[in-house]
Amino acid sequence: MVFKTYEHQADIGLIGEGSTLAKAFEEGAKAMFSVMSDLKSVKPAKKVAINCAAHDSEALFVEWLNALLAQKDIKNMMFSKFEVKIKDGKLTGAAYGEKMDVKKHKIMVEVKAATYSQLKIWKEKGKFFARCVVDV
Amino acid sequence: MKLTLKKKSNYIWELPKNGDMLVPGLVYGNKAIVDHLLADVKEGKEWNALRQIYNVACLPGLQKASLAMPDVHPGYGFCIGGVGAFDTKEGIITVAGVGFDAGCGVRDIATPLKRKDVEPKKKQLAERMFKDIPAGLGIRGKIAISWDQLEEVLTKGAAFPISLGYGKKEDLKFIEQQGKIPGADPENVSETAKKRESKQIGTLGSGNHYMEIQYVDEIFDPVAAKAYGLEKDSVIISMHCGSRALGHQIGTDYLKVLDAASKKYKIPIRERELVCAPFQSEEGQQYFSAVNCALNYGHANRQVLAHLIRGVFTKVFGIDYDSMKMIYEISHNSAKLEKHKVDGKTKELIVHRKGATRAFGPGHPELPAPIKKVGQPVLVGGTMGTCSYILAGTEIAMRDTFGSACHGAGRRMSRHQAKREFRAQELVRKLEKEGIIVKGHGWGGIAEEAPGAYKDVENTIKVMHETGIATKVARMKPMVCIKG
Repeated sequence: MVFKTYEHQADIGLIGEGSTLAKAFEEGAKAMFSVMSDLKSVKPAKKVAINCAAHDSEALFVEWLNALLAQKDIKNMMFSKFEVKIKDGKLTGAAYGEKMDVKKHKIMVEVKAATYSQLKIWKEKGKFFARCVVDV
Repeated sequence: MKLTLKKKSNYIWELPKNGDMLVPGLVYGNKAIVDHLLADVKEGKEWNALRQIYNVACLPGLQKASLAMPDVHPGYGFCIGGVGAFDTKEGIITVAGVGFDAGCGVRDIATPLKRKDVEPKKKQLAERMFKDIPAGLGIRGKIAISWDQLEEVLTKGAAFPISLGYGKKEDLKFIEQQGKIPGADPENVSETAKKRESKQIGTLGSGNHYMEIQYVDEIFDPVAAKAYGLEKDSVIISMHCGSRALGHQIGTDYLKVLDAASKKYKIPIRERELVCAPFQSEEGQQYFSAVNCALNYGHANRQVLAHLIRGVFTKVFGIDYDSMKMIYEISHNSAKLEKHKVDGKTKELIVHRKGATRAFGPGHPELPAPIKKVGQPVLVGGTMGTCSYILAGTEIAMRDTFGSACHGAGRRMSRHQAKREFRAQELVRKLEKEGIIVKGHGWGGIAEEAPGAYKDVENTIKVMHETGIATKVARMKPMVCIKG
């Protein structure tokens, strides 16, 4: 499982890759939080449950990422570990992290939202990929 | 789809109507700006600004042309620097034309100080600002507002913090629409958005947001400069920030609502990020109301920040709080109901400005008395090491661009590339040698916002000035900059 971020002129694109769609979503979330902080410095100490739904898997990916951003602000936390299960267009998942600490987590730039820009879900050589651009 | 540009003048280029376009595209730019756009098309980049200008030109109800200002670069759905005015009866409203930071804007405040007064105390000023101005991801504001008070912020805008003592009533006169946008019903803002707001009022945020102390380096139009309260070598405060997480959540929520609405109303959209709803539909009206709430939040946020920075100046320089007067405040991510002439008839339009500033001309009824004669101040943010401009809106802008102009320099380099090319600490040292103190809450953010990552702001300004859309009034140079 891997994630990466890529260039988009004004903003940042991210790609999550996994053996299942759910794993690709988990990696996508890691990519997004790696834009904001140093993932290694965030202890996955506290679990926050995330549930969301959408009528297609592309929209569900954006929904999942935006639900994480909302919880980051509401709970004032940073996340570094993610779990996703997808069934019938419904996502049951969790994010693990700890209270935001600007210094400890080497906080960088804030992601405002995950967007429909370059949004794509695809399967290649038995692997799932989820991609979108985030607005920073 | 043909993405070509036809030269209309040295600074105006037309994307001729073809394919599904309902109106042509118009790009304000010189050869360098236009070549950049065409190169992206030629290189086969899937996401390029010209294609976005084309896509917007296909949306129902768009009037005259799909416009791009000279700070044009690829955005999401609309290009940045994009202006789209839609008929309120047949047209649409879209998140893409507003962005995920509705109400992001710039406020400039004059001080009675001269450059020589600030120069010896720059370091002290920077330290104080860094302590007193909350900025960066994860930083909370110095004031907390209750749930009921938040509703008042969303409906009353900048007037609400003023009623609590954060600023002066006279400030309101010099804010676009007096800092209070009508038609803002908090019912249309989700509970998640309201919860995300928690203690964020009076915070800068991160990314390209900043609070900067600048001096007036050059005056180009003495009459307008006098009306705006600008003198050579005088020191001003400039802040750039938006509606914070509340605004981001509004964008996120309505992306979903409009995604469903596009299907429900069978609107032909060329890219998913251009999801939209008819302006008159229930969904369209709800989104419009939510945008108005976000705009009000943005005005209120900058009002609180203005109070904080005035406090910094009274502490550091011992000057009177009331001596720091408003120059003006604008929003550059918005959708606003405005009246404009189309084919000789005055029409009510919903004008989307995504990274574009209102540039209302002289005599416009919305402008307050002292500046009515010279046109609206157009506040154009520069980059840390270069300069910022104040322009004046014109009759030509009213006629040709629905009273709109550029908002900044425009990015030239991706954030990744900027991070590779500029090392933050080196950059800060280099700028300090040039007399500019930069303090940031995240090193990564500083590199991403390096001056070299942006197009030359002078190019952008030249296009606006030469086309007469917005004319040069003054150029400011930075002294101290606090980044989010």
